[in-house]
Amino acid sequence: MYPKRLWWLLALLGLCIALYLGLGARGNWGFVLSFRANKLIALLLVAVSVSTATVLFQTITRNHILTPSVMGFDALYLLTLTVLIFVLGGQTFTQLPEIAQFLVNSLLLMGAALALFGTLLRRGGHDLFRMILTGIIFAGLFRSVSSFLQRVIDPNEFMVLQANAFARFGRVDTPLLTLAALLTGGALIAAWRMRHRLDVLSLGDESAVNLGEDPKRGMFQVLVLVSILVSVSTALVGPMAFLGLLVVSVARQITPVMFHSIMLPSAGLVSAITLVGGQMVLERALRSSTPLVVIVDVLGGLVFLILLLRRKPR
Amino acid sequence: MITIRDLNHDRDGKPTLREIDLTLQSGGITALIGPNGAGKSTLLSLIARLIPLQHGQIMVDDLQIGACANDALARRLAILPQTSDAAPLLTVRELVSFGRYPYHKGRPSAEDRERVEAALATFDLAPLAERRLDTLSGGQRQRAQVAMTFAQETDYILLDEPLNNLDIAASRGLMHTLQDLARTHDRTIVIVLHDINYAAAYADQIVAMKDGRITHHGAAREVVTDAMLSEVYGTSARVHRIGDTVVVAV
Amino acid sequence: MALALACLLVVLSVASLFVGVIDLSWAALWSDPAALELLVVSRAPRTIAVVISGGALAVSGAIMQMLVRNRFVEPMTAGTGQGAALGILLVTLFAPGASIFVKMVLASLTALAAGAGFLAIVQRLPPTQPLLVALVGLIYGGILGAAVTFIAYQADLLQYVEIWMNGEFSGVLQGRYELLWLVALVAALTYLAADQFAIIGMGRTASINLGLNYGQTMVLGLLAISIVTALTVVTVGLIPFVGLVVPNIVARLAGDNLRRSLPLTAMTGAGLVLLCDILGRLIRYPYEIPVGTVFGVVGALLFLWLLHGPKRHVS
Repeated sequence: MYPKRLWWLLALLGLCIALYLGLGARGNWGFVLSFRANKLIALLLVAVSVSTATVLFQTITRNHILTPSVMGFDALYLLTLTVLIFVLGGQTFTQLPEIAQFLVNSLLLMGAALALFGTLLRRGGHDLFRMILTGIIFAGLFRSVSSFLQRVIDPNEFMVLQANAFARFGRVDTPLLTLAALLTGGALIAAWRMRHRLDVLSLGDESAVNLGEDPKRGMFQVLVLVSILVSVSTALVGPMAFLGLLVVSVARQITPVMFHSIMLPSAGLVSAITLVGGQMVLERALRSSTPLVVIVDVLGGLVFLILLLRRKPR
Repeated sequence: MITIRDLNHDRDGKPTLREIDLTLQSGGITALIGPNGAGKSTLLSLIARLIPLQHGQIMVDDLQIGACANDALARRLAILPQTSDAAPLLTVRELVSFGRYPYHKGRPSAEDRERVEAALATFDLAPLAERRLDTLSGGQRQRAQVAMTFAQETDYILLDEPLNNLDIAASRGLMHTLQDLARTHDRTIVIVLHDINYAAAYADQIVAMKDGRITHHGAAREVVTDAMLSEVYGTSARVHRIGDTVVVAV
Repeated sequence: MALALACLLVVLSVASLFVGVIDLSWAALWSDPAALELLVVSRAPRTIAVVISGGALAVSGAIMQMLVRNRFVEPMTAGTGQGAALGILLVTLFAPGASIFVKMVLASLTALAAGAGFLAIVQRLPPTQPLLVALVGLIYGGILGAAVTFIAYQADLLQYVEIWMNGEFSGVLQGRYELLWLVALVAALTYLAADQFAIIGMGRTASINLGLNYGQTMVLGLLAISIVTALTVVTVGLIPFVGLVVPNIVARLAGDNLRRSLPLTAMTGAGLVLLCDILGRLIRYPYEIPVGTVFGVVGALLFLWLLHGPKRHVS
């Protein structure tokens, strides 16, 4: 039953892509297509990395409310970037090739995430509300520290930060896109290969150990993958607070199973449809300049509240 | 055979197990009894490597806990923990199939599927096989969990207070099945029980614990006495003999 | 302990008078008329503003914690502050020439509405989940804040909004801060009702049983909080976490007797914010870091410590 739904989702995505590329295009087809293709690839990469990171994260935290963004992952990305520029100095940073900038920051993010979230999850993973609350405070703390450091940084270096912080969908250059594609592809393959282990891990720590798996190792590996995926999506588009939660929650309605062999593709497809389809509707059909991310965040925020309030007290 | 030597364990700074030396022979049902806080669950969790060892040694046959490979142990020993809120979206068949994971790691063979069906049959779960866990009663869910542990096809099966949420029919049913497993399928069952009467009625060997130490170890009829109840539980309940069994008058 | 706090506050206040971009020394005060003018026009008003805001925000946090019966909430982050910002935004949009009095009144009204909304939501939450209440408060405030940002973005007023949302005292001069005396008055009045608020903190049944007019006291408390929050936002901007962490710290040290702890709360709040303000002026001298940013860091760290540190009852 569920594989069939995946095919329907794929078909729907195909339709969205076709419309996005083709609708309202005037003039030189070659130029238009290549211009839009770049943006399309960026959209797809972001969609898939956010959805996969969210599914993986929800598996190791064993609930359907927490996501990397809620826990402050993307705010942490901005913070490590700020710290990097602060420590290296704006001059040195801009002199690095763009790919090196991205890689160094991603490594920094990975280290910080493993230290921070690894400790947090190991110590208090069962008290869900405390975790969410901590995540929200983390996000606020990281943003405040970033803001603080930005004030301390020399104004010239600050401009470097602003320019580098996030590309937007409008300005995505090919080398970064290629790197992003490679990293995302690699992370997706790793996640796919882990899918059976992830199924076992979602049964609970004790059951997982009973069946011969190591939850700590699993958590470590997942955090590494999530760090890579969050780096990619945040570098491409900036923080998207509730996209992950929105698309994964919808995917769980469409394919209500816990098996990752279904959930990973399902969430990826729903996410891609949301971004490509949403952007297509906004740009072409409605011709609005409201950023898609605002609408997604509002919807996702509502989903978040509903999930929180519906939760049966344990 | 499970051998435990010189086991000490602290939890949150408080001593939970002290100087445990125990040999559990293969075959049959061994029940662990004792008052709350005696350390029974901790001992079981240590054997099943759910908690890391602090001091001492545990051997399961030739495998040393803490040194052996995790999945090698998963094919030798299985534990049914006290609380398990497995993903409610699973069907009974899917849950039981997880029991075969240590063998197929995600790619089940025809043999694995056969064993799953056998497990479902043994526990009368065939009619419920396609039902989702969250549509079942507590007793049915418990049976499904035990079936999963059974499908793991291990020589040793450990259960931590499995009768807690079961009514008398379900409890008796489970204990009979365990007895059958021990006698016909030649498994070794170690079970923590709250109710001494079930231990007395079904277990071949009983180990009594109090304050982190083992106080008694032997056949049910030898261990379950007025003296033991007074010493271990601090209660003056009387033990009666009814035919072959000993029964505690609660 | 109260005496120690008071002394510390005095020391910090005096220090604050002499920290700033322009050099001001004790000797200069007596010889240089420009120095005296600096003191009167800029330094003293700023110091007074910080002290009043810090104290009043801490007190309003304590009151809200009684009204909501939860230790981890405060007006600035649970919607009241964002409601005030919304009010100011609306006035700026639709009546840009309006006087500061109009701004003040409207901001108080929107703050009141937002606060009432939060209380209504809290009524429906299970009381056995105290962290859930705190969580919902933060999210509610976040959503309101996002709405404010969105409207500001559409109306091209984003820069103004950023100023209100990030409180700072650098713009405080004589003639620009006097509204805060009203804040001090309201905060002082709540002290007179400290016992009533403490009883409210015990619940509706207990309050009615003890003969208290529950509804009326709730409204008065909410009104006080709204005015304090709104006026602070109008004059200085949003300063997060003060109302949340200060009452908690004071409660851990001095217990829950509100009549006794309220003055301590006010003094601790004033002192802490003053300290952060001084730090903000010194760290990147001669540039200033807004106190909202400094307290965003300090307050968040304190909040994390409260959440994960040595255990205490949450509600």
